[in-house]
Amino acid sequence: MASEAVVERRSVGHRLADLFHGRPRLQVGALLAGPVGWLVIGYLGSLALLLVAAFWSVDPLSGLTEKNFTLENFETLVNEPVYRDIVWRTVRTALLVTITDAVIAFPIAFYMAKLASRRGKALLVIAILLPLWSSYLVKVYAWRTLLSANGAINWALDPIGLSGPGYGTTAVWLVMSYLWLPYMILPIYAGLERIPNSLISASEDLGASPFTTFRRVILPLSFPAVVAGSIFTFSLTLGDYITPRLVSNDQFIGNVIFSNVANNQPFAAALATVPIVVMIAYLLVARRLGAFEHV
Amino acid sequence: MRNRDANPARTAWLVVAGLVVFMLVLAGCGGGDDSTTGGSSDEALQKVGKGEGEVSLVSWAGYVEPGWSKPFEQKTGCKVNNKEAGTSDEMVELMKSGQYDGVSASGNATARLVAAGLVAPVNVDLVPNYKTVFADLKDQPYNTFDGVNYGIPHGRGANLLMWNPSDVEPAPDSWNVTMDPKVAAKYKGKISQYDDPMSIAEAAVYLMTHEPDLGIENPYELNEEQFNAAVDLMKEQQPNVGEYWGEAAKQISGFANGDNVVGTTWQYQYFALKGEGVPVEASPASQGFLPKEGATGWSDTWMIAKDAKHPNCMYEWMNWIIEPKVNAEVAEWFGEAPAQELACKETENKNFCAEYHAEEPQFWERVYYWETPLADCGNGEEDCMDYNDWVQAWTSIKG
Repeated sequence: MASEAVVERRSVGHRLADLFHGRPRLQVGALLAGPVGWLVIGYLGSLALLLVAAFWSVDPLSGLTEKNFTLENFETLVNEPVYRDIVWRTVRTALLVTITDAVIAFPIAFYMAKLASRRGKALLVIAILLPLWSSYLVKVYAWRTLLSANGAINWALDPIGLSGPGYGTTAVWLVMSYLWLPYMILPIYAGLERIPNSLISASEDLGASPFTTFRRVILPLSFPAVVAGSIFTFSLTLGDYITPRLVSNDQFIGNVIFSNVANNQPFAAALATVPIVVMIAYLLVARRLGAFEHV
Repeated sequence: MRNRDANPARTAWLVVAGLVVFMLVLAGCGGGDDSTTGGSSDEALQKVGKGEGEVSLVSWAGYVEPGWSKPFEQKTGCKVNNKEAGTSDEMVELMKSGQYDGVSASGNATARLVAAGLVAPVNVDLVPNYKTVFADLKDQPYNTFDGVNYGIPHGRGANLLMWNPSDVEPAPDSWNVTMDPKVAAKYKGKISQYDDPMSIAEAAVYLMTHEPDLGIENPYELNEEQFNAAVDLMKEQQPNVGEYWGEAAKQISGFANGDNVVGTTWQYQYFALKGEGVPVEASPASQGFLPKEGATGWSDTWMIAKDAKHPNCMYEWMNWIIEPKVNAEVAEWFGEAPAQELACKETENKNFCAEYHAEEPQFWERVYYWETPLADCGNGEEDCMDYNDWVQAWTSIKG
């Protein structure tokens, strides 16, 4: 009985193996059918649905979607100055956060990759990953407490006659820079690790000053990694709406989507196309800068 | 080799073409929209039968608690599945999913739910406890449409003016502390305002007293001129606002930290702050009287989904929640006036109904319960601003 069953099973396996043998396309097809199916139907499909909905309108009374083609949502988006302000504010903050994170992350990543001992490196990696283990909301509320008028920042600055930024645009910039910093450090760290130390030595041997070595050797070689990290910081800032809501009165694109999504989905969908367009433009620039060549 | 190189590009084009076709098919699906308006009592259930074993509810936090949902399950055999919602918009959205049997809708959701055909009329004869609901809660514009009852009143309250007595002196008796630009400037950066389009109605209530020439009669039925006046007032208020609060936790931390000292609030935050020992007073909660302009407020209604899977259990629930003992329990837990007249005899705090003015119709005359703003204000002309206008205006107020 048992041996028969084994024979049976083996023969099914054999038949399958025979089927795939010498058919590379079928092999790849079977391997990718699931993930690609998910990508196309679940991921791109929902995006397509969103884009289509942007051209629909809504019945003002019931809030139900009316499926007739209209450009009204995009007209509102372009003609009302408040939406231009909001888009510009969001993009500007995303750029500022990205630059801030890059400036802070580079020295840390450089120290980790080139200078720290093995132990120090491990400790730093843990220190950078640790905040990612706690909830996003907890971190933002912690900043709310820090930035409060009677909070720790003002308490620390008070003796030297200064005061913190309080809630507002600066607070959003601070908190976002804090939140997304690890996403900048890790790619730069990985990029710097790949630069052989011999290149740095060679540059020194040839008489380059440390600054020249940095400018002519390290920076060009690690720049794609910085751009790769910037994709994270930029897109995460672009899509966030909880931080602005909790530490400022500023509206970001996400906030306006949120306030429209229940009652006017088509308009929310039209708004959602803005970050998509911005991100596509950003990725095209990033590709130009070589972000996808090594990472 | 050359063949292989050509393949990825061809596949990419095929994917794009496929998506385009997919989108066209979707866009072509238009036209088949069946929005239902109005209804008749014929659609309502005629007889409550045996329970279906469970009921799925959408509710405000604090409306469905084990204290009274467990005894309900034991009594009726209907297991309660509860989903809490944070805003009226969210409630409407959840009801669109069709997974729920009923909802505790505020007046700014009820008309939308009815217009979208998401809820069915309620046969109040099948709800024995309905007889002793306060008369001034029955057949109101937010629970009765075209003369047809669409729900069972749950309870009501006024939105509060809250302040920190160590910063705001003397105790304010008017909304001018947040609405009059000159007075509010004293608390610049420390005003806390509810982050919702419904806040425009607070400005409208203020204007009813202070700009009678505008002729506002109902703060939710505003023509363009009245609406613009209210929106302008909110825009003037904006620079003085310290924080707009969307969730209770944000406002609680704002008052607890001392960043906010005066603003609009709900019972929930007031009690939470009192409980934490933060010095706060609120009108009408601790003062016993409304600010002199009156106030916006809410009167909530339990509605039944049009295609409820468990209609019998839902009717059992609607009767249960206004059972005198249960309604008293909910009202005390949440901090609102009960809808059930007989509940006033069942409250633990014997003074509760007096403190919440539950039995004083004249108190409620100056409380303007949330309603859905509609283009049709009942004058036959579609000249009022609808809810979408309110949402857009709210975005531009905050800037």
